[in-house]
Amino acid sequence: MRLLERFGDRTIAFLEYLGGIVSLIGESIRSLVHAQIRFAETFVQSYELGLGSLLIVLLTSLFTGMVISLESAQQAVQFGIGSLVGGAVTYTSVRELGPMLTAVVVAGRVGSAIAAEIGSMVVTEQIDALRSMGLSPVRFLVVPRLLALAIMLPLLTIFADIISIVGGMWIAQAYAHINPATFISSARQAVGFDDVVKGLVKALVFACIIAFVGCYQGLSTRGGAAGVGRATTSAVVISIILIFGTNFIMSYLLFGAH
Amino acid sequence: MDRSIYARLDDVTLSFGEHVILKNCSLDIVRGAITCIVGLSGAGKSTILRLLDGLIEPSNGHVYVDGHDLCHTPERKLVDLRQKTSLAFQFAALLDSLTIGENVGLPLREHTALPDEKIRHIVDDALESVGLRHIYDSLPSELSGGMLKRAGFARAIVTRPELVLYDEPTTGLDPIVTNLITDTILRLRQKLDGTAVVISHDLHSIFRMADYVAMLFEGAIIAYGPREEIRTSTNPFVQQFLTGSEVGPIPV
Ligand SMILES: Nc1ncnc2c1ncn2[C@@H]1O[C@H](COP(=O)(O)OP(=O)(O)OP(=O)(O)O)[C@@H](O)[C@H]1O
Ligand SMILES: [Mg+2]
Repeated sequence: MRLLERFGDRTIAFLEYLGGIVSLIGESIRSLVHAQIRFAETFVQSYELGLGSLLIVLLTSLFTGMVISLESAQQAVQFGIGSLVGGAVTYTSVRELGPMLTAVVVAGRVGSAIAAEIGSMVVTEQIDALRSMGLSPVRFLVVPRLLALAIMLPLLTIFADIISIVGGMWIAQAYAHINPATFISSARQAVGFDDVVKGLVKALVFACIIAFVGCYQGLSTRGGAAGVGRATTSAVVISIILIFGTNFIMSYLLFGAH
Repeated sequence: MDRSIYARLDDVTLSFGEHVILKNCSLDIVRGAITCIVGLSGAGKSTILRLLDGLIEPSNGHVYVDGHDLCHTPERKLVDLRQKTSLAFQFAALLDSLTIGENVGLPLREHTALPDEKIRHIVDDALESVGLRHIYDSLPSELSGGMLKRAGFARAIVTRPELVLYDEPTTGLDPIVTNLITDTILRLRQKLDGTAVVISHDLHSIFRMADYVAMLFEGAIIAYGPREEIRTSTNPFVQQFLTGSEVGPIPV
């Protein structure tokens, strides 16, 4: 009986969470449709989160491209298919690792910051103050962050793709003597423009996940400074899990079904 | 609802989890008058203001403001209704990413089409009326608690709302500023014919400004009336509260 009860409680809590997120999404869409957008705030947010994440995104992608190249180049050369390394690196970067790693890094850096900022606004009654002034916290805080992420995450992903390929190319040449021209022509054959676009679609979806989860965790903060800490941690954990899950689903739908 | 009543709590019950804060609580707020609410710390005074501002919903009962029932009203509609009301928060609740000037001018910038110089002018006036000068460009983190409180007060009155809810506007301020704030509340009422609800522990300023006094105890209003009636009340609860005695029906 106890077990059943607890299962019931969990289910209700989960449905409440889902309902909360859905209504947040709905209100954001309404705000967007009515063009109630605070451009200045959106610009500031884009600048801060984009520039702030650039270096760490570049570093993680650089090393990832390098390590894929390192692992594949040696083997490939042994089997006499060194000319395929460029394809392997580009394929994995553009379709999977570029969007994923960028999203995970940004979830850790930006998603947590969003949850912490909004969460501390909740516990100091700043959110209530906004509502009291007749200002919607969704329009005021959520929509600018959503837009900023939707613009910057695809851009960061493009940088990540490029630097990862460049890193891979460099290692392929230095380590397995695969010349850049071979690398690039193999890359061109393996990956089409549509793959790049699909990768960016993934980035866009990840941006929405990070923004909505971060904002929702922040807005539902309860219980002082400790509550802000919990909101921050769960924002990162939940968005990373969702990113991995939806990445699989999207890979299946975008790349796998045919 | 009677025209002379601006807002009303109608048989309101409110609980947070198991904890019952208000129990069958009713209170009328007279239009154009200043109503002071007194009560022990933790009695639920701030909660009453949050109900009147539509920030929270009662578990049972109704809250009416200017003829509108705030319960079961979608947030979108409440956002509009709240523009006629403003709440000066107990701990100011200024947005810490904006300067004091931007904070105080925010409701004007968002809800009116006034030009920037005009807003600046109104904000300077509002800050002046609470004794603050030269802090337009300061950030909230650079001010003392009392200064923040006064800036929060300025933000609440800057749009000249019909109903202003003041949550302990003078607590923690020096006697001179306390007088200044009390004067400002009185002046606004006279000039704008606005309605005000003031929570205060400061008996001196309560009996200077209140038209009506309500006492909240154990989740309900146990005494209500014109200020002279309350001042001379023989109700033992009111007596004990006004004299601050440790002996009486209110347990210490
Ligand atoms: N969000 C909440 N969750 C749980 N309990 C709450 C919440 N808000 C208020 N309370 C409880 O409600 C009661 C009344 O709180 P309220 O802030 O209204 O008191 P108050 O009369 O304004 O006190 P004070 O004079 O100290 O400001 C308190 O016991 C408080 O613990
Ligand atoms: Mg209070």
